[in-house]
Amino acid sequence: MLELYGTKLESRLLLGTARYPSPAVLTEAVRAARAEVVTVALRRESGGERRGEGFWSIIRGLNARVLPNTAGCHSVKEAVTTAHMAREVFATTWIKLEVIGEDDTLQPDPFGLAEAARLLCAEGFEVFPYTTEDLVVAERLLSAGCRVLMPWGSPIGSGRGLNNLFGLTALRAHFPAVPLIIDAGIGVPSHAARALELGFDAVLINTAIAQARDPVGMAAAFAQAVEAGRAARLAGPIEPRDLAEPSTPVIGTAFRG
Amino acid sequence: MRVTVIGAGVAGLACALELAERGVSVEVLERGARLGAAGCSWYAGGMLAPWCELESSGPLIAQLGAESIPWWQERFPGAVVNGTLVVAHGRDAPEVAQFAGRTGHFERVGAEAIAALEPDLAGRFSHGLYFAEEAHLDPRAALAALAARLDELGTPVRFGVEVSSAFVGRRHVIDCTGLGARRELADLRGVKGEMLLLHLGELSLARPVRLLHPRIPVYVVPRAEGLFMVGATMIESDEDTRISARSMLELLSAAYALHPAFGEAEIAEIGTGVRAAFPDNLPRLRRRDGTLYVNGLYRHGFLIAPALARRAAAVLLEGRHFPELMNEDPPQRRLA
Repeated sequence: MLELYGTKLESRLLLGTARYPSPAVLTEAVRAARAEVVTVALRRESGGERRGEGFWSIIRGLNARVLPNTAGCHSVKEAVTTAHMAREVFATTWIKLEVIGEDDTLQPDPFGLAEAARLLCAEGFEVFPYTTEDLVVAERLLSAGCRVLMPWGSPIGSGRGLNNLFGLTALRAHFPAVPLIIDAGIGVPSHAARALELGFDAVLINTAIAQARDPVGMAAAFAQAVEAGRAARLAGPIEPRDLAEPSTPVIGTAFRG
Repeated sequence: MRVTVIGAGVAGLACALELAERGVSVEVLERGARLGAAGCSWYAGGMLAPWCELESSGPLIAQLGAESIPWWQERFPGAVVNGTLVVAHGRDAPEVAQFAGRTGHFERVGAEAIAALEPDLAGRFSHGLYFAEEAHLDPRAALAALAARLDELGTPVRFGVEVSSAFVGRRHVIDCTGLGARRELADLRGVKGEMLLLHLGELSLARPVRLLHPRIPVYVVPRAEGLFMVGATMIESDEDTRISARSMLELLSAAYALHPAFGEAEIAEIGTGVRAAFPDNLPRLRRRDGTLYVNGLYRHGFLIAPALARRAAAVLLEGRHFPELMNEDPPQRRLA
């Protein structure tokens, strides 16, 4: 079972809540995905204080644990302020920390991220940092007090899957005991299955489901892929080989034709 | 039969006109002091784009919208069928493919066709989509035209009248007050929109142009006298607060990306409004305590108001029932 900051979860599929055709479709997609955690952007949805109340009451009604995020924040100060607001609105110490460093790729700013993580962890937040596959940054985040990491697969919304397999598998091998959730760039269910097969603990999906032609159908497909990937990981995949190895030995059989 | 329509936004005026044209005695009450003063219709884009909207809206909106275009043309000469042009910059080509996959009634256009349609965009875009059957109008002129027609039919709009449908008494009531009906329709929510009016004499467009972008899709609608409407953001918020700096940056950057000449434009107006939407972003005709609520038009007010008005009149006068608008969860509501 997946455990994030002491919370046990059955589902290894976390969902973002942005860019769905409507809140009703979002609600059905969350149900189809059997997701237990949804992330919600405070900054863009609110316009300040409690003005997004209509949307937030829909989010609260999803029957899922809310992981507020700081999407769209470019500085430590913005991210920390947004985290404070999120704690008020959703009454949770969980925060998915995003500090964006570059607008075209929405790539994390590792320096700002580490600093914001340090400040928020010291205040008692349980921080889920959106980071790259960089080992040194990961180390800094863990020493800042993070106990979960959310490395990207590829840039947010790009749908390119796991872009740097070597880096990601190195990260997994380097921190075997830290929950690692692939946070961005997953495009299709096979990407998600691959992430779980490689030993990642969970995936967070937004665009790939929200912008699919049928978000509810895609949510169900992702749920199956995540389950398959996890089951495969537990079942011990074979190692790839360079040469064929017949599954039925042929030497010694009576007839070959 | 005597009917009171509450709210003189596009939904209210369309409902009132539809009834008045059928000989019903109608009065229209509006809380604002003048047309457009207290609703979101004033800040609409005025695109009658049923097939573009298929990108995110499902077939019901397209069907209602396609039916509404002739209604507008018959009543307002400013409604012109001149198509919609959808373009994207080279690196956003996947956005065009995705948009094409979700919509219909378009032809693919290359650099030459784009230049022929919009000479001022020549050389700027190499691929796009052209939705020839779509129309656009200036929402403010259109509201004025509907109000003027109602005047002719002896149904002037009474402004500055704040009234809740419960207090109208024994007349039939159609409530078109958008978010104003929130107390009665608890599942309504607000979706804030922000828009700009830019003035630029040196550029002309013949039709709305949508610029696709993975994060900031935006449209520019030409209006009379060198004005261009740039819109519109979609923010989950119930309060009609002023535009944010971020939204302003996004809208201006997108206009600038469509054509750098917009960098020299004068900012003629900044507008914000809050659209009323139900959880599935689809409209409802909902009967409650003798009042017929026409609500949840979301960002499709001008696009679908005529079709909704027709149905509202049929509900009231002929006792008709429209499951796709009146049942709470009919199969027609679900996305494909």
